[in-house]
Amino acid sequence: MPAISNPDQLVLDEPQLISRQPLLLARGMVKHYGAVTAVAGVDVTVYPGEVLGIVGESGSGKSSLLRLLNLEEEPDEGEYYLNIPGYASANLLKVDRFHRRELRINHIGIVYQYPHLGLRMRYTSSGNVAERLIMAGERTFSVMRQAASELLSASEFPLERMDDLPCHLSGGMQQRVQLAKAMALKPQLLLLDEPTSGLDVSVQALVLDTLKRLQRLTHVTIIIVSHDLGVIRTLADRVMVMRRGHVIETGLSDQVLEDPQEAYTQQLVHAKL
Amino acid sequence: MDNTKETMSNIEKTLSDAEETPSDDLSIVNPKTPLSALAHPHKDYSYAFLDEFAKREIRRRILKAIAIPGYQVPYASREMPMARGWGTGGLQVTLSLVGPGDIVKVIDQGDDDSVNAANLRRFIARMAGVKTTANPLEATLIQSRHRIPEERLREGQALILQVPVPEPLRHIEPSMAKTREMHADADYALMWLVLYEQLVRYGEFVTGASYPVIVNERYLMSPSPIPRWDTPMLHQAAHLTILSAGREKRLYAVPPYTDVHPLEFDDVYFQVESQADRVCRLTGARQKFMNEIPQPDGGSLFSLSDTGYAGKLLKRLQDQDVVIGETYYDENGGFYHAGYLKS
Ligand SMILES: Nc1ncnc2c1ncn2[C@@H]1O[C@H](COP(=O)(O)OP(=O)(O)O)[C@@H](O)[C@H]1O
Ligand SMILES: [Mg+2]
Repeated sequence: MPAISNPDQLVLDEPQLISRQPLLLARGMVKHYGAVTAVAGVDVTVYPGEVLGIVGESGSGKSSLLRLLNLEEEPDEGEYYLNIPGYASANLLKVDRFHRRELRINHIGIVYQYPHLGLRMRYTSSGNVAERLIMAGERTFSVMRQAASELLSASEFPLERMDDLPCHLSGGMQQRVQLAKAMALKPQLLLLDEPTSGLDVSVQALVLDTLKRLQRLTHVTIIIVSHDLGVIRTLADRVMVMRRGHVIETGLSDQVLEDPQEAYTQQLVHAKL
Repeated sequence: MDNTKETMSNIEKTLSDAEETPSDDLSIVNPKTPLSALAHPHKDYSYAFLDEFAKREIRRRILKAIAIPGYQVPYASREMPMARGWGTGGLQVTLSLVGPGDIVKVIDQGDDDSVNAANLRRFIARMAGVKTTANPLEATLIQSRHRIPEERLREGQALILQVPVPEPLRHIEPSMAKTREMHADADYALMWLVLYEQLVRYGEFVTGASYPVIVNERYLMSPSPIPRWDTPMLHQAAHLTILSAGREKRLYAVPPYTDVHPLEFDDVYFQVESQADRVCRLTGARQKFMNEIPQPDGGSLFSLSDTGYAGKLLKRLQDQDVVIGETYYDENGGFYHAGYLKS
């Protein structure tokens, strides 16, 4: 950008959320588990660099929705697009297993609430991170070591423990390993499913700090799921409120959390306060 | 093999009996013909023990295995007159390939005379009427457990390896459905991760036998529990290698002149077991795969694991006439495909 000599000529950027193509566009996502409808026709739109929060009580379908967006499970109905080179106009629910795997490796990172879902507990922490690089074709040991330690330190993980097994680590450290692993291949989309719910309050604050810092540095697009409004308030630009598989309210975080329109959201906010 | 000749003549007799089977023109069958007249004449055993259908099935599987190097082909695995786990997989392949003109060598851990090898050899000789040998140069079929002979095999020979666990991913992924998917996708990240972990924890690759290899740049394959020393011998080999697991009912193959590469990192290489400083106590040989013989004083003596090769060296020491083939490794431990083993 050229240096600004005359402040009068300053032209402001257009508001970006409106002008840019969304990174993620999902329409009419439906998922049944037997008689239970976990996700009942949900639309999601996320813009590049944005942090979208999803709140809702337990069982409202947040994790199920995230699994669909992670291409981990197939929805019963819906369309799903990511604005990624090579896939921009492809309904990702229709791509074959091979490309689905490629997408999940190179373009989507996920942190689960329960570390055992995201980590190999019997492999070293650095190995858990290195596996992502191996998947992308890395075959040089020293490069893997270097990258694993850089990624783990970016997640503020104590490096002297990088070769410990995750099952010997505290909950906070396990989440940091998951985060380093999720970010290893610089995904466009980072999915966080209750990343701090299992942690005690002080550790929770530290992990949230890390997440915030990482987002500022990398501008990665994030969808964070939580039943904790504090977490959403700290991180999310926009928030979606879910109940019984439906989205009942959506808007800017400040707006929704300060001035909720729906009775259910009001309850949720007041319960928190 | 005193009774081999006798067996031969028995078999010839059986075979010529078979030719006298009555005409199979169905139009002359009348309903009153007794069933026995329509059946083949009774024989105690088929040639080479397995019936012709079983042999044909295994040969077809072998052809498929050769067509897709390193791919595990399921097969029926018949009941053999010995327990599964004692080489029945290798045995079925040998029996379905063997013909009266073949010469068979059987080894177990490099040894022609161990109980298991002797048993299998006697059985094959008795059932197929073939000549047997300890000389790998003379043999047309070599069935082996855990070793490849030190002398280079050549075109036209088949090496049949007995395999306990055909699935190289077995110990890291217990689900067979998953491992098949991983092979289909050539998704071997987990195997590479195991090597990463070995380097982190032990500073070197610690997989001894069954070191995982990529065959023909496609399939991950377990080369049966041969030592790392033998693994390079499969690469661009002149002979055909067939690997067969009787208990697991899978066989796979490395056709002649096929690439076989052990997994290794770009900066940390696959290494064979060092045989430096090991001298065979009987023959004085060096730089071949040695058995270690612990001594009461805590030290060790060594002897050649390949007894066929050792026998030849001994003969030469006694000034007898003997032809010793070129070996895969020279006296300095150099492998015959220069540059294949990096250091
Ligand atoms: N694998 C599954 N099998 C059966 N029911 C499931 C499964 N996963 C989720 N559900 C059901 O779907 C509903 C939504 O669950 P979930 O997405 O985990 O909610 P949340 O993450 O918001 O707590 C719940 O009623 C849950 O019992
Ligand atoms: Mg959940």
